[in-house]
Amino acid sequence: MSGLTLSGVTLRLAGRTLLGPLDLRVAPGEIATVMGPSGGGKSTLLAFLCGTLDPAFAAEGTAALDGVALTGLPPEKRRVGILFQDDLLFPHLSVGGNLAFALPREVKDRAGAVAAALAEAELPGYENRDPATLSGGQRARVALMRALLARPRAILLDEPFAKLDAELRGRMRDFVFAHIGARNIPCLLVTHDPEDARAAGGPIVRL
Amino acid sequence: MIGRRIFLGAAAGAALAARAHAQAPAWPAVRERARGKPVFFNAWGGDERTNAFVAWAAERVRAVHGVDLRHVRLRDTAEAVQRVIAEKAAGRESGGSVDLIWLNGPNFLAMKDQRLLFGPFAERLPNFRFVDVEGKPATVVDFTVPVEGFAAPWRMAQIVIVYDSARVPRPPRTMRAMLDWARDNPGRLAHPAARNFLGATFLKQALFELAPDAAPLGRPATDAAYDAAVAPLWVWYEALRPHLWRRGAQFPDGGPAVRALMNDGELDLMISFNPAEAAVSIANDLLPRTARAVGFADGSIANASFVAIPYNAANPDGAMLVADFLLSAEAQARMSDPRHLGNPSVLDLARLPPEESRHFRDIPAVPGMPSPGELGRALPEPHPSWMTRLAADWERRVLR
Amino acid sequence: MLRSAPALTLALFLGPIVAGLAGTALPAFGYLPALGGHAPSLDPFVRLFEQPGLGRGVALTILSGFAATLLSLAVAAGFCAAAYGTRSFARAQSFLAPLLATPHAALAIGFAFLVAPSGWIARLISPEISGWARPPDLASVNDPWGLALVAGLALKETPYLLLCLTAALGRSDVGRAVTLARTLGYGPFMAWAKIGLPRLYPSIRLPVYAVLAFGLSNVELALILGPTNPPTLAVTIVRWAADPHLDLFFPAAAAALLQLALVLGAIGAWRAGEIVLARAAARWRIAGARGRSPSPWAGLARGALAINFAVAAAALLVLALWSLAAAWRFPDDLPSAWTLANWTREGPRLAAPAGTTLALAALATLLAMALAVACLENESRRGVDGRRALWALYVPLLVPQVAFLIGAQALLVALGADGAFAALVWAHLIFVLPYVFLALAEPWRDFDPRYARAAACLGAGPTRVFFAIKLPMLLRPLLAAAAIGFAVSTALYLPTLFAGAGRWTTLTTEAVALASGGDRRVLAVYAFAQAALPLLVYGAALALPAWLHRNRRGMR
Repeated sequence: MSGLTLSGVTLRLAGRTLLGPLDLRVAPGEIATVMGPSGGGKSTLLAFLCGTLDPAFAAEGTAALDGVALTGLPPEKRRVGILFQDDLLFPHLSVGGNLAFALPREVKDRAGAVAAALAEAELPGYENRDPATLSGGQRARVALMRALLARPRAILLDEPFAKLDAELRGRMRDFVFAHIGARNIPCLLVTHDPEDARAAGGPIVRL
Repeated sequence: MIGRRIFLGAAAGAALAARAHAQAPAWPAVRERARGKPVFFNAWGGDERTNAFVAWAAERVRAVHGVDLRHVRLRDTAEAVQRVIAEKAAGRESGGSVDLIWLNGPNFLAMKDQRLLFGPFAERLPNFRFVDVEGKPATVVDFTVPVEGFAAPWRMAQIVIVYDSARVPRPPRTMRAMLDWARDNPGRLAHPAARNFLGATFLKQALFELAPDAAPLGRPATDAAYDAAVAPLWVWYEALRPHLWRRGAQFPDGGPAVRALMNDGELDLMISFNPAEAAVSIANDLLPRTARAVGFADGSIANASFVAIPYNAANPDGAMLVADFLLSAEAQARMSDPRHLGNPSVLDLARLPPEESRHFRDIPAVPGMPSPGELGRALPEPHPSWMTRLAADWERRVLR
Repeated sequence: MLRSAPALTLALFLGPIVAGLAGTALPAFGYLPALGGHAPSLDPFVRLFEQPGLGRGVALTILSGFAATLLSLAVAAGFCAAAYGTRSFARAQSFLAPLLATPHAALAIGFAFLVAPSGWIARLISPEISGWARPPDLASVNDPWGLALVAGLALKETPYLLLCLTAALGRSDVGRAVTLARTLGYGPFMAWAKIGLPRLYPSIRLPVYAVLAFGLSNVELALILGPTNPPTLAVTIVRWAADPHLDLFFPAAAAALLQLALVLGAIGAWRAGEIVLARAAARWRIAGARGRSPSPWAGLARGALAINFAVAAAALLVLALWSLAAAWRFPDDLPSAWTLANWTREGPRLAAPAGTTLALAALATLLAMALAVACLENESRRGVDGRRALWALYVPLLVPQVAFLIGAQALLVALGADGAFAALVWAHLIFVLPYVFLALAEPWRDFDPRYARAAACLGAGPTRVFFAIKLPMLLRPLLAAAAIGFAVSTALYLPTLFAGAGRWTTLTTEAVALASGGDRRVLAVYAFAQAALPLLVYGAALALPAWLHRNRRGMR
């Protein structure tokens, strides 16, 4: 069973139910959207899927990726990529270093892979640049490339366009969706912007 | 291989020297056992000239005997005594942290009485035969206490008055005269607190001059003898104290602190235990060029400094080698040299073979060095119990 | 393994304190069979109270401790009130760290070189202004009232409290609250007194207590600047503990307990004072008095801090001058002859204590960093709140050193570990760890956990996240903490003296030993070297991340 499957996922904090029970299936190449008000547990759901849920939260239900249960696996073994509202580029590494950090170990031609990713992000030759010197849009593209270079089997988007200005948001959205679509992996987007949901084109869950 | 041959050669030389001296049959074995091991020499570290001398001695014993001498600089000799006592209390009967200790007076008596000393060893040292035991009895009787070989002498000390001749053309040479002088020159005389050795000696020197009878000072102080002897001393001292530096309310830490005050011009007069104090200090810019030294008119207290080995020392062999080196003509000559320490030697120079006595020929005459006539007669130290009582008594009076 | 880090850390640094206090308490009540004390008795205390000058020594201890703490707090808080938000506040920040890195002893020695009757100040004004052809008979150091000691303490504790206040300010919105109060018509000082300080004080309470405890119990400053006749209680204890008369160990232990009681009592009294003051201030705060603007106190507080910095800088300068002097006689303004001989002559003998200082500080700091990072990492991975352990961290700073070092030394001797280098490192660790931990805790807890999560989602395991992301991103606070730990270790006097058993000498023990008199030029060499070492390390800690991250704007 390929794709991302959530069944009966319920998240609680101090006995209070934040979310769920939620059932959802996202097929490869599909972008599903979870919409809801802020504080509604959207980001918590993504943390649950990544495996970075704070111990203060209690979770029930299961999540599986391509038929393999995610629950119980540490985050680094899940191969679930994530893009946040902030790009979270590591400030002590160069742009190339950020990308190389994500590359799996077995990739031999690391410089080549990084260069190819930069070309794809329309930032050729940016390997040695300080991420702090890039524009917001450039940083967001590098962050996406970094997430994709880790070869995730699914990708989660945590309001990745919320901090971009209106003009940039549309272009960035197209860029992200195009690249994710090309990887043919399931994608889960949480947002409170109906524009995002419409552009994603997949199933929509309202919390 | 070469190193080993030098080692064997040195050992053979030592064996020859030892055969000449029948008292020390085991000396070559001592040398062999000591080689390469550290000797922790616990010595008061408050005087830079002495520290430099110890550093020089460390270099020499490393070169001559291959002994690794390390100077543990003490604020107070009592620290090392205390450490040995603490080790005994903890049952450490060997491998102690103190190998050699510079002491005399109450510290020596305390260690000897509590059987904390290794020995007797002094007479086993090859160079001990040159010590002027007859001419300088303080080398075998420390503060009236027979040393009995539990410590080896290494330098002589005698009280002198150090004064700035530019300001004090005719220094007072008795304690009574000093009181008159202090009245005329308030705040220009200081002595260290009595818990300090030099401070206590200032009081002892006054006691010799002022006590109705000096004979009881050679015996342990009984209550009656003490009270009788010190009564005039305290009358004199209470008269003097308001005219001392800082009105006798604060006292410098020790001899070097007094010297620094004199160098700054705060003081005109002080006492020192080293006849060469003025000469050495002038040479090192530690006293004005006009500083001079002179003994007390009726004699000045003299004593010898000793080195002793704690009973639980980790390296008694190395400690003996160092004690013997300190008695060598080479070390004694450097010590007498006013460019270095300037203390009188413990040796009888006439007894030295010519190749040894040549070390003393290079000592120059320098300004500030008192002539034997100016130095005057040597007085023996009183029994240590006098110093202990005087110090406690002084503390009660001053802290009242 | 990480889970046991907090327990291990607490055992490592509280264990010796508890054991040492027990080792002090037994002989204080007459029990120490090895020294002939077989039955419990009050005799040590009887003997203690019979000592001449004890009452005055205790009174001096209390007065100088409280005076130094009040003065430091007043100047630090006053400066915040006077200068917060101005350029001089920011400028003062850059002076704080180097001043804090300078060991107490070096500053005190330099201070004595400045203010002694034959000190630099007297030389500069003599004979032209003062009319002194020779130094006056004036007790400007080692004065019987302990004023020089109070000044020497305040010289170092004022910047420390100012740093604590600045850190607390950065973590709160007190700055805005004060600004708000000023828009309501309150003068800057009133706004601080009524709004700022009451809100900030709780977060600097423990540092204030630590300052009070240090002021009441430190030995090296009292030796260098304090009254001599009688000295403060701590000096008396150290003197007795080192006396050849074995039986003085009992009253020394009793005096150490008295010292402990004194410090705890003083902290209690201070706390009571806080409560009374808070009650009294409650009504005053809402009574509406606005205060004058500009406040007359503002200039005083600014001036006091400026003097503090100037004196500290001059103290270091005069050390440098003396270390290069061949001859410098009163009343010359400067040495009449210069030389490098003091350095070349002392250099070889300086090497061993400098090496020990360096090795000791490096090892103690590394260990402390490893323990602190393990605790903090455990905290952040398991989501526990480690802030409750804050009091435990302050224990070594609140309990007077001499109170447990006397007992700890006896234990070390009994174990045959006195003078072992490991014991010395351990003794330093006890004092280095709290500072390192406090320096790291805030940056560690503030570290944005999303970076670690982002790295984990890119396939990096916990070890890789820790070494490739967290450590390098926290390089600056890590190195700053290391510099602080290094400076703390370099400055330690009493722990080195007791645990080192005289076999290990550091620049600090050498400088304090030489401070008892003698040659100012030699003392200056040691004191200057003692000050220079932590300053160099501090400079390196500042320069290294700046250089490494010269092309990383996000790391500045």
